[in-house]
Amino acid sequence: MRSPTTHRVAGLLLLMCVAVGMDARAADRLYDDLGGADGVAALVDQFLGNLADDARINHFFAETNLERFRSKLIEHLCALAGGPCTYSGDSMHQVHAGLGIGEAAFNAVVEDLIEAMERRDIGTGTQNRLLALLAPMHGDIVERR
Amino acid sequence: MRQMAGRLLGAVLLLLAGAASAEMPRLPHNSRILATGGATMIEGAAGGGIVPWAVLAGYGSSDEVGASGFYTHVDLKDYSLDAFGVAASWHNRVEVSLARQAFDLGTLGRALGLDDHELRQNILGVKLRLSGDLIYGRWPQVAAGMQYKHNLDFGIPDAVGARHDDDVELYISAAKLWLAGLFERNVFGNLTLRWSRANQGGLLGFGGDRGDGRELLVEGAAGIFLTRHIALGGEYRQQPDKLSFSPQSDWFDAFVAVFPNKHLSLVAAYADLGTVATLPGQRGWYLSLQLAF
Ligand code: HEM
Repeated sequence: MRSPTTHRVAGLLLLMCVAVGMDARAADRLYDDLGGADGVAALVDQFLGNLADDARINHFFAETNLERFRSKLIEHLCALAGGPCTYSGDSMHQVHAGLGIGEAAFNAVVEDLIEAMERRDIGTGTQNRLLALLAPMHGDIVERR
Repeated sequence: MRQMAGRLLGAVLLLLAGAASAEMPRLPHNSRILATGGATMIEGAAGGGIVPWAVLAGYGSSDEVGASGFYTHVDLKDYSLDAFGVAASWHNRVEVSLARQAFDLGTLGRALGLDDHELRQNILGVKLRLSGDLIYGRWPQVAAGMQYKHNLDFGIPDAVGARHDDDVELYISAAKLWLAGLFERNVFGNLTLRWSRANQGGLLGFGGDRGDGRELLVEGAAGIFLTRHIALGGEYRQQPDKLSFSPQSDWFDAFVAVFPNKHLSLVAAYADLGTVATLPGQRGWYLSLQLAF
C-alpha cells in the first residue's frame, strides 16, 4: 500500500514544483505572438471597446483622456511583452491610486482583456503569458480596505 | 439509481450544449474569474471531488455574495454514492455549506440481507478565507474550515465498532494558480491538512475499536487548465484506519472539469477508493454537476 501511494503523491508534488519554476521565460517572443506593433494596437482597441461597453466599470474612465490612455497602454503592453518600446507613462501605483479600484473592478477589467484576446483569436498560451505578466500589478492597482 | 444517473447525464449534456453555444448575460455579484470557485466536493465544500480546496463557493468577489448547488453520483464496483447540497459565500471571505450524502451498500447490503441498505449523513460546513488570493500575489490563498457531520443511519456503523454518530472535523487548505505555469497553461495546486477520525468520510461513523483520537491527514490536488473552460487534474486523500472489521484505503481520483460559463460546471472523474467496508477494488465513475452564481 505504501509504495503506490507514495508514488502517486510524489507525482502530484513534482507537477506542482515544475509549475513554480516554469514562468521565467514567459516574455520570450510574447510580443511576436501578440502580432507585433499592429497586433498590440488592435488588441488595445478591442480592449478599449470592451471597457467602454462594460457597465460594471466604464464609470472609472468617465474623465479619462482616451487618446493618452490608448497610447500609454499600447506602450505599456509592448514593453511588457518584450517589444521595442519604452513605457513613458506614470507608474501603475501613481495612475490608479485614489480611484477606489476594488477586487470586483479589477476582475472585470481582466475579463474585458480576456474577451478582447478571444475576439482577436489570440491562443490560450499567449493569453496566459500576458496575464502572467499583468497579474503582479494587482497589488499596485487594487485598493485595500 | 443507475438509470437515474443516466437520465441526469443526458439532461446535463443537453444543458451544456445549450449553455456553451449561448452567450451568458452578465449577472451582478459574479466578478471572480471563471473557475475560481472550483467545483463542489462530495462533502459540500468548494473544492475538487474528494478534497475541500481553499477557494470559496460561487463567484462573489470582495464586496459580493456567491452561491452554488451541486449533485454528484459515484458508481463504484459494489457501492454507489449520491450527494447533493448548497453553499453560499460572503465577500469571498466565509463559505457556509449544507450537504446530504446517501451511500448505497449494494452488494454488501444484499449479502447481509439488510433491510437498511443505505447509509446517510448530513454535513454542515463552514470555511473561512484567512489570507491571500488564488491568482494574485505571491502567496497562496489560505482557508480554514470545519465540517460537522451527522449520521442518519447508525445501525451498521455501530455494529462494526464506530464510537460516534456525529463529529466535527477541522481542516486548513492552501491553493495557488500559476498563470502560464506549465506549457503556457495555467496550473493549480491545493494542499489540505484535515484533523479527523471519520470512517469512510463519516458514513461509517467516527472513531472505532482501533482508536478514538483524531489524526492529522494529508489531502492534495493538482491540475492544469487546457483552456480556460477545461481542466484536468488529480486528487489524493489520506484516510484514518480505526475499524478492525475492515482496513480503510486512501482515496484517489483523476478528473476532467468543464466550465462552459460561470453558472454551470461538470466534473467527470475516475475514483479509486480501495477497500471499502471489507470489499476491495472499489473503483468507478464520478459525475458531478454544479450550478453557481
Ligand atoms: C493590470 C491591470 C492594469 C494595467 C496594466 C493598467 C494600465 C494602465 C495604463 C498604462 C494607464 C495609462 C497611464 C498614464 O496615463 O500614464 C492606465 C490608466 C488608467 N487606468 Fe489602468 N491598468 C490596469 C487596471 C485598471 C483597472 C482595474 C482600472 C479600473 C477599473 C483602471 C483604470 C484606469 C484609469 C481610470 C486610468 C486613467 C487615469 C487617468 O485618467 O489619469 N486600470 N492604466
